[in-house]
Amino acid sequence: MLAYTTRRLLIMIPVLFGMTLIVFSIVHLIPGDPARVILGETATEQAIADLRESMGINRPYFVQYGIYLADLAQGDLGTSLRTNKSITSEIGPRIAATFELTIFAMIFAIIIGINAGIISAWRQNSWFDFSAMIFALVGVSMPVFWLALMEQWIFAQELGWLPSSGRQSSLDPIEPITYFFVLDSILHMDFERTISVLKHLILPSVALGTIPMAIIARMTRSTMLEVMKSDYIRTVRAKGSGQFLVIYKHALRNAMIPVLTVIGLQTGVLLGGAILTETIFSWPGIGRYVYEGINYRDYPVIQSGILVIAFIFVIINLIVDLLYAYIDPRVKY
Amino acid sequence: MKFKYSFLLAIMLAFVLVLAACGDDDDVASDPEDSDPDDSTEQESDDETDDEPEVSDDDEVLIYARGGDSESLDYASTTDGESSRVTKQIYESLLDFEDESFDLKPGLAHDWDVSDDGLVYTFYLEEDVTFHDGTDFNADAVKTNFERWSGADDTYSFEDDGYVYSMYGTMFGGFDGDDGHVIDEINVINDHEIEFVLSEPLGFFLQNMAMSYFAITSPAALEEYGPEINENPVGTGPFEFVSWDRDDQIVLEKFDDYRVEGLPKLDGVIFEVIPDNSSRLISLNSGEVHIMDGLNPDDAAGVDAAEETVLYKRAANNFGYLGFQHEKEPLDDVLVRQAINHSIDRQAIADALYAGYAIPAANPVPPGYLGYNDDLEPYEFDLDRAAELLEEAGYADGFEIDLWTMPVARPYMPSPETVAEIVQNDLAQIGIEANIHREEWAPYLEKTDAGEHELFMLGWSGTNGDPDYFLGALLHSSNIGSSNASYYSNEEVDELLDQAKRAVEPEERAELYAQAQEIIYEESAMIPLVHSEPVLASLSNVQNYVPHPSTSESLAEVELQ
Repeated sequence: MLAYTTRRLLIMIPVLFGMTLIVFSIVHLIPGDPARVILGETATEQAIADLRESMGINRPYFVQYGIYLADLAQGDLGTSLRTNKSITSEIGPRIAATFELTIFAMIFAIIIGINAGIISAWRQNSWFDFSAMIFALVGVSMPVFWLALMEQWIFAQELGWLPSSGRQSSLDPIEPITYFFVLDSILHMDFERTISVLKHLILPSVALGTIPMAIIARMTRSTMLEVMKSDYIRTVRAKGSGQFLVIYKHALRNAMIPVLTVIGLQTGVLLGGAILTETIFSWPGIGRYVYEGINYRDYPVIQSGILVIAFIFVIINLIVDLLYAYIDPRVKY
Repeated sequence: MKFKYSFLLAIMLAFVLVLAACGDDDDVASDPEDSDPDDSTEQESDDETDDEPEVSDDDEVLIYARGGDSESLDYASTTDGESSRVTKQIYESLLDFEDESFDLKPGLAHDWDVSDDGLVYTFYLEEDVTFHDGTDFNADAVKTNFERWSGADDTYSFEDDGYVYSMYGTMFGGFDGDDGHVIDEINVINDHEIEFVLSEPLGFFLQNMAMSYFAITSPAALEEYGPEINENPVGTGPFEFVSWDRDDQIVLEKFDDYRVEGLPKLDGVIFEVIPDNSSRLISLNSGEVHIMDGLNPDDAAGVDAAEETVLYKRAANNFGYLGFQHEKEPLDDVLVRQAINHSIDRQAIADALYAGYAIPAANPVPPGYLGYNDDLEPYEFDLDRAAELLEEAGYADGFEIDLWTMPVARPYMPSPETVAEIVQNDLAQIGIEANIHREEWAPYLEKTDAGEHELFMLGWSGTNGDPDYFLGALLHSSNIGSSNASYYSNEEVDELLDQAKRAVEPEERAELYAQAQEIIYEESAMIPLVHSEPVLASLSNVQNYVPHPSTSESLAEVELQ
């Protein structure tokens, strides 16, 4: 197990190294002078030259890459061109915001998804099964931005139940400690704010969690159906166990392994790719950070943002792999 | 183990239920802080009385929603409109613009003199003005700021930290030591009198002094914060800076010692970023924000019709154009240019793209600018006349040409591809076959600078409200290879523009610019398409809000009802 973990960690090094090269190259292969793009059509030549100088993009390509790697090795993700601040310090709160959103979206997706999948399998071909699977199909196919706008329109504008955007009430912001606002408000013993923050989380979590929920539901259903047909389930049944126990105690554990993979992958996707949701709900997470970076051609932010996302993705995969062994003792490394 | 898992599920489910229940209850029954704005649209009148948030009892805080965050709160080192929108509240310049135009009014200087030769400008500064940090505003502070922008060696230029003052360079002809730099000397006469000596007359010097890019920062703050000044703005304006969460919000509060008695009327302003236009409108409709900029023109009618919201138009301060590369055949022929000009249906473009919130353009300057030539009307959309002119020019059978189309949307051209198709279609009717040519944005700008293009689309947005910033930049032959992408060169026009740039009397300048526009019009030097009028919206309880064409308006007079 330890050897496996070490091996997995070592494999990450070339993966991440490759990532830096690819990201760096892609960003620099975009045609045209970034200084020109940033300053636009009304820029004077002098202004462009000055900006090129201050951005350091008048140096050769490989020199820039070398400098980037050297800084990276020292834990320095670079300096944002837009804000002139260290990316390492800027990215922390962004990651926290995205994690918080992802956690709630995945809680939503897992609870609803797994249970819907189980019940569908248990009552295969019932009306519940059909409607749940149709719902799941719609969920997978629905464009996130559309769902998000509909949610905002219904629950914020028409019904007025929930705030339409942001992480918290702008009139009464929380003093951040961990930048996980739910946690921060609890640490401040300020439960009214906790409720406010949780209310801000509902719409984006549902929008973000819908696709994973649908995928999880479908996956759970199909693996459950398979497991339910196996011999040991028949034996458990023959012993006279109740249906609930058969499913939740005996079948679920074996059915969980593929589902877990899906959950892991989806979590990774949400952590990195929630750009649409974060943009529509004005959520200051890492997806937005990279998105704003792209808008401004903020090279260091794009590079480091993607690198951090890739890093998180790799870590999540590692955790999923390690969890297999925990859930299914038959799995050995 | 299996029990643990199902138990965990049950707990989580229960937690979510409790949460949902308590969230709903709370909203209906009582008054958490964030339901307060929610209610304001639904129950306008009584929410003030029974629904007061505990933090800010009678505080009137306005929330202004916009699409992007500010780049920097050091106004002089950025050209970003989202930055000056905020710094306009914190800082003041020596002069100021009138509420709805670029006409001048006093700012930190209550009066000013210009010498007859136009070389010496004397400003008389307001007395008893303090910066937000409590230090005094005086002539030395003004000098410190100008020296900071003009000299790279200045203590406060922060050159090593990447500070570049490009707007200063553009507006004052360069920096200390450059040939074109017009500010020769800055003399502090006494605490409240300062003199600028120019090396040559600059017709728009006073316009520049009113720009939010040349506002005055507290020298003590420059000393204290150094290069961090962009996150710790300290000025003399109606609001002082409180906090900034990147890509989220900037919080300002009322400056109690503001020099104008009774202002600002609000207790605070929050600039909030909501990137998506539709989401931003929903936030407005649900009462979470008070003002939103960047309304989709298609949504304007709905905002106008609703009782809870008010629609605003910003006066036009830009124009999109169809340009000719004058050195390329057959675009060097005035008849061909006129023919093309007659064949473009400007009204169709205004309707298709801006839902009518655009004015068909006649001149390459926005209406309302000094010297705008009212006598000229846009070339009439007349295909017969166009065909005649084309025949006269010897191109009865038409010709083939490249139409360079911008790859990005700009305020003056929200959907370049659609415009290109309309133009292509119009030209086809007089036998000209236009092939749409696409480039990435940076190469597009570089290649149009280099003159590789033929017919092309571009536009221009104003900053200091002076016609020179449009006419001089776009059509003076000295700017060929940079902003004069038309490669237009006309000695007479150059002469008029030079004279106007040096003249000091506004009437004289207006006359010269009007003449220049006439020649440009006759020659059909470029085809101004439309001036867009950006739309924005507020809740109906917002009073005295007046959008300024520069996109940066002071919120000092605004109040909530």
